[in-house]
Amino acid sequence: MPEAAPEPVLEVRDLGIHFGGLHAVRDVTASVPAGQITAIIGPNGAGKSTFFNLISGFYQPTSGSIRFLGEDITRLKTHQVVARGIARTFQTTTIYKELSVLDNAMIGHRVRTRAGLLDALLRTGRERQDEQGSRAGAMRALERVGLASQAGRPAGALTQEGQKRVGIAMALASDPRLLLLDEPAAGMNPEETVSLMGLIRELVAGGLTVALVEHKMSLVMGLADRILVLHHGQKIAQGTPAEVSRDPTVIEAYLGGHAHGGQMGQPGQAGGSHA
Amino acid sequence: MNRAAFKPGPWGWLVIFALAALLPLLKPGGYVLDIGINIMIWAMLAYGLNVMLGYSGLLSLAHAGFFGIGAYAVGILTLKAHWSFWLALPAGVLISALGGLLLGLVAFRTRGDAFAIFTLGVGVILQLVINKWDALTGGNEGLNGVPPATSLLGIDFSKGANFYYVALAALALTVLVVARTRGSVFGRSLVAIRGGEDLARSAGIDVYTHKLRALMLSTAIAGLAGGVYAAYVGFLGSSVTGPVTTFTVLLYLLVGGVGTLAGPLLGTALMYGLTQSLKGLQDYQYIVFGPLLVLLVMFVPQGLAGLWDRAQARRVAARTERTVDHA
Repeated sequence: MPEAAPEPVLEVRDLGIHFGGLHAVRDVTASVPAGQITAIIGPNGAGKSTFFNLISGFYQPTSGSIRFLGEDITRLKTHQVVARGIARTFQTTTIYKELSVLDNAMIGHRVRTRAGLLDALLRTGRERQDEQGSRAGAMRALERVGLASQAGRPAGALTQEGQKRVGIAMALASDPRLLLLDEPAAGMNPEETVSLMGLIRELVAGGLTVALVEHKMSLVMGLADRILVLHHGQKIAQGTPAEVSRDPTVIEAYLGGHAHGGQMGQPGQAGGSHA
Repeated sequence: MNRAAFKPGPWGWLVIFALAALLPLLKPGGYVLDIGINIMIWAMLAYGLNVMLGYSGLLSLAHAGFFGIGAYAVGILTLKAHWSFWLALPAGVLISALGGLLLGLVAFRTRGDAFAIFTLGVGVILQLVINKWDALTGGNEGLNGVPPATSLLGIDFSKGANFYYVALAALALTVLVVARTRGSVFGRSLVAIRGGEDLARSAGIDVYTHKLRALMLSTAIAGLAGGVYAAYVGFLGSSVTGPVTTFTVLLYLLVGGVGTLAGPLLGTALMYGLTQSLKGLQDYQYIVFGPLLVLLVMFVPQGLAGLWDRAQARRVAARTERTVDHA
């Protein structure tokens, strides 16, 4: 593990959001280094998914700032955030099941095209160009996740793991610099999890930066370069897996008052997360 | 791909419109032409609704109001300002599109059921405004004596048979516009929004802008239908611009098949034709109508055109399933 962390692609400062009186995320200052895998862990309800929703512009933070590649993106809308190069997937396999695998990926590529309604009506050059560009961009994304041969199938006909890959392809089609994966291994058996870990490593080897929320500690410990630990919406630790697993605050958070909430080294309660 | 929704395909549509264009040559009675023109006008309004409900997944219930805006724009511009119909019609379409933009700026702060209820309210308000603004719309008296379509390129379009071609051309344009939208990069984004707004947003689609454009297209089509109606009927009253009209046409759309290209025309032709042929029964027609609708909703909830699409999709799926299993 190199001591000096690479330049961060993402930096959040004092980030917070409260819904009514509930502080879902509070004063989180953290960074995601380029070209690495950062895992965000914490007991159920720690604010991990909310943290993702803040970064991707789904929620507007009530305090703090988010910088991506040196640019302040705190107030941007989701599609603008995606255009800057941050793509995400969801906890569950949230994809368009009734559409083809290719269509799913093409939807992810939309942010890289400009053709609008008038282009559609007048069949302009831009429309034809964008249509071809979408197709090519979507196919590239499908190749990266190994689904190119399944392009024509309805996405809902794929296995759980296949559908996860469709979701990742949809995110990749937007040509991101940073990929946010929300519990990528949820609902997967061990073989599928290993295969997915391989895919994530390949993507990072290709130059992508990945941040993921995950309950499966085997995956986190085996994959992550750095770990950010949230508890009750606050950051309690950040560091390498070795550092974090020795951290007394982390051990306290996992084993102390929350022994039932997904222990270190063990998968969390299935489907129990609603951070 | 989405091509399944294009049935009956570009050639099929050409045949349908060619056959429709031959109808006046058979010298049918005025009654048949009247039915034909009415079907085309209401089908256009159904296409306008379909752009929202079928392609974007948004139920907008203000559409008869925009039909009214298009109709009254053409009526007022030709009757009071003495514009040519051929200038007034595009003006009416433009005004309806702008109206859609204004509606969207406010209405898209709501989602789902709230959006439907909000637009229903707007529909009621539009009808009230048309009904009460005596100086502009003639209020309760209506707008009497809207001139028929004028000559264009030396052809007199005012007569019944010739006006039939005006309506046919407007319908053909509508189908072309909708088909192009559906098959485009823009249209795919609408499908994504229909499938799940949050997912579309996180996939990077500018949901708000796409919905706004779709609504403008949708109200523009409603305005086109209204403009053609104004010149055809010659009299405008506010009753046609209310929610009852919206729900009637919504019914046509549901019967024909929401989200399909053929559905609006199919449903309108069937239901309008049926209404006309059952008119002799007066109030008793609903004894036939009611059970028929119940049966349709129970057994063909996806509409008549949807039935075809579904069968097609099942064949395609079965075929790909086989080839993939062998791989």
